[in-house]
Amino acid sequence: MMLTELPLLVEVVLKAAVVLAVFLTMPLALGQLEHKLMGHMQGRLGPMEAGPHGILQLVADGIKFVQKEDVTPTAADRPVFRLAPAVALVPYLVALAAIPFSAAWVAADVPASLLLVLAATSVGVIGTLMAGWGSGNKYSLIGGMRAGAQLVSYELPMVLSAASVAMAAGTLSLTGIVQAWSWWWLLWQAPAAAVFLVASVAELQRTPFDAPIADAEIVFGPLTEYTGLRFAFFLLAEYAGMVVMALLFTVLFLGGWRGPWGDVGAVGALWTVIKATAVGSLFLWFRVAWPRVREDQLQRLAWLVLLPVALLQLAITGVGVVVMS
Amino acid sequence: MSGLDVLFLAVGLLTAGSALLAVLSRQVLHAALWLVVTLAGLAGCYLVLGAELVGLVQLLVYVGAVVVLILFALMLTRSGGVPVVTGRGQRGGAALVGAGTTILLGGTLVAGSGWRAVEVAGPTNTEVAEGVLGVYVWPFELLSALLLLALVAAVAIARAPVGGQDDASHRPGPAPRALAAQGEDA
Repeated sequence: MMLTELPLLVEVVLKAAVVLAVFLTMPLALGQLEHKLMGHMQGRLGPMEAGPHGILQLVADGIKFVQKEDVTPTAADRPVFRLAPAVALVPYLVALAAIPFSAAWVAADVPASLLLVLAATSVGVIGTLMAGWGSGNKYSLIGGMRAGAQLVSYELPMVLSAASVAMAAGTLSLTGIVQAWSWWWLLWQAPAAAVFLVASVAELQRTPFDAPIADAEIVFGPLTEYTGLRFAFFLLAEYAGMVVMALLFTVLFLGGWRGPWGDVGAVGALWTVIKATAVGSLFLWFRVAWPRVREDQLQRLAWLVLLPVALLQLAITGVGVVVMS
Repeated sequence: MSGLDVLFLAVGLLTAGSALLAVLSRQVLHAALWLVVTLAGLAGCYLVLGAELVGLVQLLVYVGAVVVLILFALMLTRSGGVPVVTGRGQRGGAALVGAGTTILLGGTLVAGSGWRAVEVAGPTNTEVAEGVLGVYVWPFELLSALLLLALVAAVAIARAPVGGQDDASHRPGPAPRALAAQGEDA
Protein backbone atom coordinates (compact mmCIF):
# COMPACT_ATOMS: atom_id res chain seq x y z
CA MET A 1 0.00 0.00 0.00
CA MET A 2 0.99 3.61 -0.64
CA LEU A 3 0.84 4.50 3.05
CA THR A 4 4.01 2.58 3.84
CA GLU A 5 6.08 5.05 1.81
CA LEU A 6 5.03 8.01 3.97
CA PRO A 7 6.96 9.14 7.05
CA LEU A 8 5.82 7.37 10.21
CA LEU A 9 4.23 10.39 11.87
CA VAL A 10 2.19 11.33 8.79
CA GLU A 11 1.10 7.71 8.40
CA VAL A 12 -0.04 7.48 12.01
CA VAL A 13 -1.96 10.77 11.86
CA LEU A 14 -3.61 9.80 8.56
CA LYS A 15 -4.64 6.38 9.84
CA ALA A 16 -6.00 7.88 13.06
CA ALA A 17 -8.04 10.38 11.04
CA VAL A 18 -9.46 7.62 8.85
CA VAL A 19 -10.37 5.47 11.87
CA LEU A 20 -12.04 8.46 13.54
CA ALA A 21 -14.01 9.19 10.37
CA VAL A 22 -15.17 5.57 10.16
CA PHE A 23 -15.96 5.65 13.89
CA LEU A 24 -18.19 8.68 13.44
CA THR A 25 -19.97 7.64 10.23
CA MET A 26 -20.57 3.89 10.43
CA PRO A 27 -22.58 4.02 13.70
CA LEU A 28 -24.72 6.76 12.15
CA ALA A 29 -25.31 4.64 9.06
CA LEU A 30 -26.29 1.70 11.26
CA GLY A 31 -28.60 3.94 13.31
CA GLN A 32 -30.29 5.16 10.14
CA LEU A 33 -30.62 1.55 8.97
CA GLU A 34 -32.22 0.74 12.33
CA HIS A 35 -34.79 3.54 11.93
CA LYS A 36 -35.79 2.37 8.48
CA LEU A 37 -35.52 -1.39 9.02
CA MET A 38 -37.50 -1.31 12.25
CA GLY A 39 -40.06 0.94 10.62
CA HIS A 40 -40.63 -1.37 7.68
CA MET A 41 -40.65 -4.50 9.86
CA GLN A 42 -43.40 -2.92 11.93
CA GLY A 43 -45.43 -1.74 8.92
CA ARG A 44 -44.33 1.91 9.27
CA LEU A 45 -42.22 4.13 7.06
CA GLY A 46 -39.76 5.33 9.68
CA PRO A 47 -38.41 8.90 9.46
CA MET A 48 -39.45 10.59 6.18
CA GLU A 49 -39.16 14.35 6.76
CA ALA A 50 -35.45 15.18 7.21
CA GLY A 51 -33.89 14.80 3.76
CA PRO A 52 -35.01 12.30 1.08
CA HIS A 53 -36.54 9.28 2.88
CA GLY A 54 -35.33 10.76 6.16
CA ILE A 55 -31.62 10.08 5.64
CA LEU A 56 -30.71 13.23 7.55
CA GLN A 57 -32.80 12.24 10.58
CA LEU A 58 -29.78 11.38 12.72
CA VAL A 59 -28.02 14.63 11.76
CA ALA A 60 -31.15 16.45 12.93
CA ASP A 61 -31.09 14.38 16.13
CA GLY A 62 -27.45 15.31 16.63
CA ILE A 63 -28.23 19.03 16.28
CA LYS A 64 -31.05 18.58 18.79
CA PHE A 65 -28.73 16.89 21.31
CA VAL A 66 -26.14 19.66 21.00
CA GLN A 67 -28.76 22.32 21.74
CA LYS A 68 -30.00 20.63 24.91
CA GLU A 69 -28.82 21.70 28.33
CA ASP A 70 -26.08 19.60 29.90
CA VAL A 71 -27.51 18.87 33.35
CA THR A 72 -25.52 17.36 36.22
CA PRO A 73 -27.84 16.36 39.08
CA THR A 74 -27.11 17.71 42.58
CA ALA A 75 -26.92 14.20 44.04
CA ALA A 76 -24.48 13.09 41.36
CA ASP A 77 -20.86 12.17 42.00
CA ARG A 78 -19.76 14.99 39.69
CA PRO A 79 -16.43 13.87 38.15
CA VAL A 80 -17.56 10.26 37.84
CA PHE A 81 -20.87 11.29 36.26
CA ARG A 82 -19.23 13.61 33.74
CA LEU A 83 -16.44 11.23 32.73
CA ALA A 84 -18.63 8.15 32.26
CA PRO A 85 -19.68 8.75 28.59
CA ALA A 86 -16.04 9.09 27.52
CA VAL A 87 -15.08 5.86 29.30
CA ALA A 88 -17.94 4.10 27.53
CA LEU A 89 -17.06 5.50 24.11
CA VAL A 90 -13.26 5.47 23.76
CA PRO A 91 -12.67 1.67 24.10
CA TYR A 92 -14.68 1.06 20.93
CA LEU A 93 -12.52 3.58 19.08
CA VAL A 94 -9.41 1.64 20.15
CA ALA A 95 -11.05 -1.65 19.15
CA LEU A 96 -12.04 -0.32 15.73
CA ALA A 97 -8.43 0.63 14.99
CA ALA A 98 -7.33 -3.01 15.29
CA ILE A 99 -10.06 -4.56 13.12
CA PRO A 100 -8.96 -5.34 9.56
CA PHE A 101 -11.32 -4.38 6.72
CA SER A 102 -9.01 -6.17 4.28
CA ALA A 103 -5.48 -7.58 4.40
CA ALA A 104 -4.01 -4.10 3.85
CA TRP A 105 -6.82 -1.95 5.24
CA VAL A 106 -6.08 -2.13 8.93
CA ALA A 107 -5.02 0.85 11.01
CA ALA A 108 -3.08 -0.99 13.73
CA ASP A 109 -1.98 -4.48 12.68
CA VAL A 110 -0.67 -5.83 16.00
CA PRO A 111 0.25 -9.52 16.53
CA ALA A 112 -2.47 -10.19 19.12
CA SER A 113 -5.20 -8.00 17.64
CA LEU A 114 -8.02 -10.38 18.67
CA LEU A 115 -6.97 -10.03 22.30
CA LEU A 116 -6.65 -6.27 21.89
CA VAL A 117 -10.21 -5.94 20.57
CA LEU A 118 -11.65 -8.17 23.30
CA ALA A 119 -9.68 -6.37 26.02
CA ALA A 120 -10.69 -2.92 24.75
CA THR A 121 -14.39 -3.76 24.46
CA SER A 122 -14.40 -5.24 27.97
CA VAL A 123 -13.33 -1.86 29.40
CA GLY A 124 -16.45 -0.11 28.07
CA VAL A 125 -18.63 -1.57 30.83
CA ILE A 126 -16.80 0.55 33.39
CA GLY A 127 -18.39 3.60 31.77
CA THR A 128 -21.84 2.11 32.32
CA LEU A 129 -21.00 1.27 35.94
CA MET A 130 -19.67 4.80 36.49
CA ALA A 131 -22.88 6.22 35.04
CA GLY A 132 -24.96 3.93 37.23
CA TRP A 133 -23.09 4.94 40.35
CA GLY A 134 -22.35 8.57 39.59
CA SER A 135 -25.92 9.60 38.77
CA GLY A 136 -27.00 9.42 42.41
CA ASN A 137 -30.30 7.89 41.31
CA LYS A 138 -31.68 4.56 42.48
CA TYR A 139 -32.87 3.51 39.04
CA SER A 140 -29.44 4.27 37.64
CA LEU A 141 -27.84 2.23 40.41
CA ILE A 142 -30.11 -0.77 39.77
CA GLY A 143 -29.42 -0.50 36.04
CA GLY A 144 -25.68 -0.25 36.65
CA MET A 145 -25.76 -3.35 38.81
CA ARG A 146 -27.72 -5.25 36.20
CA ALA A 147 -25.23 -4.18 33.55
CA GLY A 148 -22.28 -5.28 35.67
CA ALA A 149 -23.76 -8.71 36.40
CA GLN A 150 -24.75 -9.20 32.77
CA LEU A 151 -21.42 -8.20 31.27
CA VAL A 152 -19.32 -10.30 33.63
CA SER A 153 -21.49 -13.34 32.85
CA TYR A 154 -21.42 -12.94 29.09
CA GLU A 155 -17.74 -12.03 28.87
CA LEU A 156 -16.79 -15.65 29.52
CA PRO A 157 -18.72 -17.43 26.72
CA MET A 158 -17.71 -14.64 24.37
CA VAL A 159 -13.99 -14.99 25.04
CA LEU A 160 -14.24 -18.79 24.91
CA SER A 161 -15.98 -18.76 21.53
CA ALA A 162 -13.41 -16.31 20.16
CA ALA A 163 -10.66 -18.53 21.59
CA SER A 164 -12.10 -21.45 19.61
CA VAL A 165 -11.55 -19.57 16.34
CA ALA A 166 -8.08 -18.48 17.41
CA MET A 167 -7.26 -22.11 18.17
CA ALA A 168 -8.56 -23.25 14.80
CA ALA A 169 -6.49 -20.62 13.00
CA GLY A 170 -3.47 -21.06 15.25
CA THR A 171 -3.04 -17.31 15.66
CA LEU A 172 -4.31 -14.39 17.73
CA SER A 173 -4.01 -11.97 14.82
CA LEU A 174 -7.29 -11.04 13.15
CA THR A 175 -5.66 -10.82 9.73
CA GLY A 176 -4.08 -14.24 10.35
CA ILE A 177 -7.47 -15.69 11.29
CA VAL A 178 -9.07 -14.50 8.06
CA GLN A 179 -6.14 -15.85 6.04
CA ALA A 180 -6.50 -19.26 7.71
CA TRP A 181 -10.29 -19.28 7.28
CA SER A 182 -11.99 -21.58 4.80
CA TRP A 183 -15.66 -22.00 3.99
CA TRP A 184 -16.26 -25.23 5.96
CA TRP A 185 -15.41 -23.34 9.17
CA LEU A 186 -18.97 -22.00 8.82
CA LEU A 187 -20.05 -25.49 9.90
CA TRP A 188 -17.12 -26.40 12.14
CA GLN A 189 -17.34 -23.16 14.16
CA ALA A 190 -21.13 -22.77 13.96
CA PRO A 191 -21.77 -23.32 17.71
CA ALA A 192 -19.06 -20.78 18.57
CA ALA A 193 -20.61 -18.33 16.10
CA ALA A 194 -24.03 -18.72 17.71
CA VAL A 195 -22.57 -18.25 21.20
CA PHE A 196 -20.57 -15.21 20.09
CA LEU A 197 -23.60 -13.61 18.42
CA VAL A 198 -25.81 -14.03 21.49
CA ALA A 199 -23.05 -12.93 23.85
CA SER A 200 -22.28 -9.85 21.78
CA VAL A 201 -25.95 -8.77 21.81
CA ALA A 202 -25.85 -9.19 25.59
CA GLU A 203 -22.58 -7.25 25.86
CA LEU A 204 -24.15 -4.42 23.87
CA GLN A 205 -27.18 -4.51 26.19
CA ARG A 206 -29.55 -4.59 23.24
CA THR A 207 -33.00 -6.16 23.18
CA PRO A 208 -33.68 -8.95 24.16
CA PHE A 209 -30.89 -8.45 26.71
CA ASP A 210 -31.59 -4.83 27.61
CA ALA A 211 -32.63 -5.44 31.22
CA PRO A 212 -30.06 -2.83 32.40
CA ILE A 213 -31.96 -0.05 30.62
CA ALA A 214 -35.42 -1.62 30.83
CA ASP A 215 -37.55 1.47 30.28
CA ALA A 216 -40.71 -0.12 31.68
CA GLU A 217 -39.07 -0.92 35.02
CA ILE A 218 -36.18 1.41 35.80
CA VAL A 219 -36.79 4.46 33.57
CA PHE A 220 -33.60 4.22 31.46
CA GLY A 221 -31.19 2.51 33.84
CA PRO A 222 -27.74 4.09 34.03
CA LEU A 223 -28.65 6.69 31.39
CA THR A 224 -31.68 8.07 33.25
CA GLU A 225 -30.02 11.31 34.38
CA TYR A 226 -28.09 12.04 31.20
CA THR A 227 -29.09 14.80 28.81
CA GLY A 228 -27.81 16.47 25.68
CA LEU A 229 -24.40 15.65 24.33
CA ARG A 230 -23.41 13.24 27.10
CA PHE A 231 -26.52 11.15 26.42
CA ALA A 232 -25.69 11.29 22.70
CA PHE A 233 -22.20 9.95 23.47
CA PHE A 234 -23.74 6.97 25.25
CA LEU A 235 -25.96 6.34 22.23
CA LEU A 236 -22.95 6.66 19.95
CA ALA A 237 -21.09 4.17 22.16
CA GLU A 238 -23.95 1.69 21.75
CA TYR A 239 -23.99 1.94 17.97
CA ALA A 240 -20.19 2.01 17.72
CA GLY A 241 -20.23 -1.14 19.82
CA MET A 242 -22.65 -2.72 17.37
CA VAL A 243 -20.38 -1.78 14.48
CA VAL A 244 -17.31 -3.21 16.25
CA MET A 245 -19.11 -6.43 17.21
CA ALA A 246 -20.56 -6.91 13.71
CA LEU A 247 -17.12 -6.38 12.17
CA LEU A 248 -15.50 -8.72 14.70
CA PHE A 249 -18.13 -11.41 14.00
CA THR A 250 -17.49 -10.99 10.27
CA VAL A 251 -13.73 -11.32 10.71
CA LEU A 252 -13.91 -14.28 13.10
CA PHE A 253 -16.69 -16.39 11.65
CA LEU A 254 -17.57 -15.19 8.14
CA GLY A 255 -14.13 -14.97 6.62
CA GLY A 256 -13.80 -11.17 6.65
CA TRP A 257 -12.77 -9.90 3.25
CA ARG A 258 -12.79 -13.35 1.60
CA GLY A 259 -15.22 -13.54 -1.30
CA PRO A 260 -15.53 -13.66 -5.10
CA TRP A 261 -12.97 -11.54 -7.02
CA GLY A 262 -10.56 -11.76 -4.10
CA ASP A 263 -8.89 -9.00 -2.14
CA VAL A 264 -8.16 -6.56 -4.97
CA GLY A 265 -8.29 -2.85 -4.23
CA ALA A 266 -11.43 -1.97 -2.33
CA VAL A 267 -13.26 -5.23 -3.14
CA GLY A 268 -12.05 -6.96 0.03
CA ALA A 269 -13.12 -4.09 2.28
CA LEU A 270 -16.46 -4.02 0.45
CA TRP A 271 -17.03 -7.71 1.29
CA THR A 272 -16.24 -7.01 4.93
CA VAL A 273 -18.70 -4.12 5.05
CA ILE A 274 -21.44 -6.10 3.27
CA LYS A 275 -21.08 -9.06 5.65
CA ALA A 276 -20.89 -6.77 8.68
CA THR A 277 -24.04 -4.95 7.52
CA ALA A 278 -25.84 -8.29 7.37
CA VAL A 279 -24.70 -9.09 10.93
CA GLY A 280 -25.70 -5.60 12.07
CA SER A 281 -29.14 -6.06 10.51
CA LEU A 282 -29.42 -9.28 12.53
CA PHE A 283 -28.85 -7.22 15.71
CA LEU A 284 -31.66 -4.89 14.62
CA TRP A 285 -33.93 -7.79 13.73
CA PHE A 286 -33.45 -9.31 17.21
CA ARG A 287 -34.68 -6.04 18.68
CA VAL A 288 -37.88 -6.13 16.65
CA ALA A 289 -38.50 -9.86 17.00
CA TRP A 290 -38.01 -10.63 20.69
CA PRO A 291 -39.28 -9.22 23.97
CA ARG A 292 -36.91 -8.48 26.85
CA VAL A 293 -35.78 -11.46 28.92
CA ARG A 294 -35.91 -11.31 32.69
CA GLU A 295 -32.71 -10.87 34.72
CA ASP A 296 -32.65 -14.46 36.06
CA GLN A 297 -33.47 -15.91 32.63
CA LEU A 298 -30.59 -13.91 31.25
CA GLN A 299 -28.15 -15.34 33.78
CA ARG A 300 -29.42 -18.88 33.23
CA LEU A 301 -28.92 -18.55 29.49
CA ALA A 302 -25.31 -17.46 29.98
CA TRP A 303 -24.32 -20.13 32.48
CA LEU A 304 -26.46 -23.11 31.46
CA VAL A 305 -26.57 -22.80 27.68
CA LEU A 306 -23.84 -20.57 26.28
CA LEU A 307 -21.00 -21.64 28.57
CA PRO A 308 -21.43 -25.43 28.08
CA VAL A 309 -21.82 -24.93 24.32
CA ALA A 310 -18.66 -22.81 24.23
CA LEU A 311 -16.71 -25.41 26.20
CA LEU A 312 -18.00 -28.17 23.92
CA GLN A 313 -16.98 -26.13 20.89
CA LEU A 314 -13.48 -25.73 22.34
CA ALA A 315 -13.25 -29.52 22.65
CA ILE A 316 -14.51 -30.01 19.07
CA THR A 317 -12.04 -27.43 17.78
CA GLY A 318 -9.22 -29.08 19.71
CA VAL A 319 -10.01 -32.49 18.21
CA GLY A 320 -10.28 -30.94 14.75
CA VAL A 321 -6.94 -29.16 15.03
CA VAL A 322 -5.17 -32.31 16.25
CA VAL A 323 -6.72 -34.52 13.55
CA MET A 324 -5.82 -32.11 10.75
CA SER A 325 -2.24 -31.54 11.86
CA MET B 1 16.67 8.54 27.05
CA SER B 2 14.89 7.00 24.12
CA GLY B 3 11.25 7.57 23.32
CA LEU B 4 10.37 4.23 24.89
CA ASP B 5 12.06 5.25 28.16
CA VAL B 6 10.05 8.46 28.29
CA LEU B 7 6.86 6.51 27.60
CA PHE B 8 7.71 3.98 30.31
CA LEU B 9 8.42 6.78 32.77
CA ALA B 10 5.09 8.45 31.96
CA VAL B 11 3.08 5.24 32.28
CA GLY B 12 4.97 4.30 35.45
CA LEU B 13 4.28 7.67 37.06
CA LEU B 14 0.61 7.41 36.09
CA THR B 15 0.41 3.94 37.62
CA ALA B 16 2.16 4.94 40.83
CA GLY B 17 0.16 8.16 41.18
CA SER B 18 -3.19 6.49 40.66
CA ALA B 19 -2.19 3.68 43.02
CA LEU B 20 -1.48 6.29 45.68
CA LEU B 21 -4.83 7.94 45.03
CA ALA B 22 -6.55 4.55 45.24
CA VAL B 23 -5.12 4.09 48.71
CA LEU B 24 -5.76 7.65 49.87
CA SER B 25 -9.34 8.06 48.54
CA ARG B 26 -11.88 8.43 51.30
CA GLN B 27 -14.71 7.01 49.19
CA VAL B 28 -14.40 3.30 48.47
CA LEU B 29 -15.90 3.67 45.02
CA HIS B 30 -13.42 6.37 44.04
CA ALA B 31 -10.66 4.09 45.28
CA ALA B 32 -11.99 1.31 43.05
CA LEU B 33 -12.07 3.67 40.06
CA TRP B 34 -8.47 4.77 40.73
CA LEU B 35 -7.65 1.07 40.87
CA VAL B 36 -8.98 0.83 37.32
CA VAL B 37 -6.47 3.48 36.25
CA THR B 38 -3.68 1.72 38.16
CA LEU B 39 -4.36 -1.67 36.60
CA ALA B 40 -4.71 -0.17 33.14
CA GLY B 41 -1.45 1.71 33.72
CA LEU B 42 0.22 -1.56 34.69
CA ALA B 43 -1.04 -3.05 31.42
CA GLY B 44 0.53 -0.04 29.71
CA CYS B 45 3.85 -0.77 31.48
CA TYR B 46 3.79 -4.34 30.18
CA LEU B 47 3.01 -3.09 26.69
CA VAL B 48 5.88 -0.59 26.75
CA LEU B 49 8.22 -3.34 27.93
CA GLY B 50 7.20 -5.44 24.94
CA ALA B 51 5.14 -8.06 26.78
CA GLU B 52 2.09 -7.62 24.58
CA LEU B 53 0.24 -10.77 25.64
CA VAL B 54 0.65 -10.13 29.37
CA GLY B 55 -0.45 -6.50 28.97
CA LEU B 56 -3.61 -7.38 27.06
CA VAL B 57 -4.53 -10.23 29.40
CA GLN B 58 -4.00 -7.84 32.30
CA LEU B 59 -6.47 -5.44 30.69
CA LEU B 60 -8.99 -8.17 29.84
CA VAL B 61 -8.92 -9.93 33.21
CA TYR B 62 -8.24 -7.19 35.75
CA VAL B 63 -9.86 -4.11 34.24
CA GLY B 64 -12.56 -5.96 32.31
CA ALA B 65 -13.59 -8.47 34.96
CA VAL B 66 -12.02 -8.18 38.41
CA VAL B 67 -12.62 -4.46 38.92
CA VAL B 68 -16.09 -4.77 37.42
CA LEU B 69 -16.79 -7.39 40.09
CA ILE B 70 -15.44 -5.04 42.80
CA LEU B 71 -17.58 -2.16 41.53
CA PHE B 72 -20.60 -4.44 41.36
CA ALA B 73 -20.07 -5.61 44.94
CA LEU B 74 -19.69 -2.00 46.13
CA MET B 75 -22.95 -1.01 44.46
CA LEU B 76 -24.63 -3.96 46.12
CA THR B 77 -23.51 -2.94 49.60
CA ARG B 78 -24.26 0.78 49.18
CA SER B 79 -21.05 1.58 51.02
CA GLY B 80 -19.39 3.15 47.98
CA GLY B 81 -20.34 6.72 48.82
CA VAL B 82 -19.77 6.61 52.56
CA PRO B 83 -16.40 8.11 53.57
CA VAL B 84 -14.12 5.53 55.11
CA VAL B 85 -12.90 6.30 58.61
CA THR B 86 -9.87 4.34 59.72
CA GLY B 87 -8.12 4.33 63.05
CA ARG B 88 -4.50 5.29 63.65
CA GLY B 89 -3.50 1.69 64.34
CA GLN B 90 -5.16 0.46 61.15
CA ARG B 91 -3.32 3.06 59.06
CA GLY B 92 -0.02 2.29 60.71
CA GLY B 93 -0.47 -1.44 60.15
CA ALA B 94 -1.40 -0.91 56.50
CA ALA B 95 1.62 1.35 55.98
CA LEU B 96 3.86 -1.27 57.61
CA VAL B 97 2.54 -4.08 55.38
CA GLY B 98 2.88 -1.89 52.29
CA ALA B 99 6.43 -0.84 53.13
CA GLY B 100 7.37 -4.43 53.95
CA THR B 101 6.06 -5.70 50.60
CA THR B 102 7.86 -2.89 48.75
CA ILE B 103 11.17 -3.67 50.47
CA LEU B 104 10.75 -7.41 49.84
CA LEU B 105 9.95 -6.99 46.13
CA GLY B 106 12.53 -4.27 45.60
CA GLY B 107 15.16 -6.29 47.40
CA THR B 108 14.43 -9.33 45.24
CA LEU B 109 14.71 -7.19 42.10
CA VAL B 110 17.99 -5.60 43.18
CA ALA B 111 19.40 -8.96 44.29
CA GLY B 112 18.35 -10.48 40.98
CA SER B 113 19.63 -7.91 38.50
CA GLY B 114 21.65 -5.42 40.54
CA TRP B 115 21.55 -1.66 39.93
CA ARG B 116 22.62 -1.78 36.27
CA ALA B 117 20.14 -1.25 33.48
CA VAL B 118 18.90 -4.48 31.93
CA GLU B 119 18.16 -4.71 28.24
CA VAL B 120 14.46 -5.51 27.80
CA ALA B 121 13.38 -7.82 25.02
CA GLY B 122 9.77 -8.86 25.46
CA PRO B 123 9.09 -12.37 24.22
CA THR B 124 6.80 -12.82 21.23
CA ASN B 125 3.43 -14.49 21.69
CA THR B 126 4.78 -17.65 20.08
CA GLU B 127 7.64 -17.82 22.61
CA VAL B 128 5.18 -17.33 25.49
CA ALA B 129 3.00 -20.13 24.08
CA GLU B 130 6.01 -22.43 23.70
CA GLY B 131 6.99 -21.77 27.31
CA VAL B 132 3.51 -22.27 28.71
CA LEU B 133 2.68 -25.36 26.66
CA GLY B 134 6.22 -26.77 26.61
CA VAL B 135 8.47 -26.30 29.64
CA TYR B 136 5.74 -25.33 32.09
CA VAL B 137 3.00 -27.53 30.66
CA TRP B 138 2.20 -29.42 33.90
CA PRO B 139 1.63 -26.45 36.22
CA PHE B 140 -0.26 -24.71 33.42
CA GLU B 141 -2.53 -27.69 32.77
CA LEU B 142 -3.08 -28.16 36.50
CA LEU B 143 -4.20 -24.54 36.77
CA SER B 144 -6.44 -24.93 33.71
CA ALA B 145 -8.04 -28.03 35.26
CA LEU B 146 -8.65 -26.08 38.48
CA LEU B 147 -10.29 -23.21 36.63
CA LEU B 148 -12.37 -25.57 34.50
CA LEU B 149 -13.50 -27.32 37.68
CA ALA B 150 -14.54 -23.98 39.17
CA LEU B 151 -16.43 -23.19 35.97
CA VAL B 152 -18.28 -26.51 35.93
CA ALA B 153 -19.06 -26.09 39.64
CA ALA B 154 -20.49 -22.63 38.91
CA VAL B 155 -22.74 -24.18 36.28
CA ALA B 156 -23.79 -26.88 38.76
CA ILE B 157 -24.75 -24.21 41.30
CA ALA B 158 -26.65 -22.28 38.64
CA ARG B 159 -28.54 -25.43 37.66
CA ALA B 160 -30.02 -25.98 41.11
CA PRO B 161 -33.48 -24.42 41.42
CA VAL B 162 -33.75 -21.35 43.63
CA GLY B 163 -34.15 -22.42 47.29
CA GLY B 164 -32.74 -25.91 46.77
CA GLN B 165 -34.45 -29.10 45.62
CA ASP B 166 -38.22 -29.07 45.46
CA ASP B 167 -39.31 -31.31 48.31
CA ALA B 168 -42.96 -31.68 49.39
CA SER B 169 -42.01 -31.33 53.06
CA HIS B 170 -40.30 -27.99 52.31
CA ARG B 171 -43.35 -26.42 50.71
CA PRO B 172 -45.11 -23.71 52.68
CA GLY B 173 -48.23 -25.32 54.12
CA PRO B 174 -50.75 -24.39 56.79
CA ALA B 175 -48.06 -24.81 59.45
CA PRO B 176 -47.36 -21.11 60.15
CA ARG B 177 -51.04 -20.39 60.75
CA ALA B 178 -51.28 -23.30 63.17
CA LEU B 179 -48.25 -22.00 65.04
CA ALA B 180 -49.74 -18.52 65.21
CA ALA B 181 -52.97 -19.97 66.62
CA GLN B 182 -51.01 -21.78 69.30
CA GLY B 183 -49.26 -18.55 70.17
CA GLU B 184 -52.61 -16.83 70.68
CA ASP B 185 -53.78 -19.60 73.00
CA ALA B 186 -50.72 -19.28 75.20
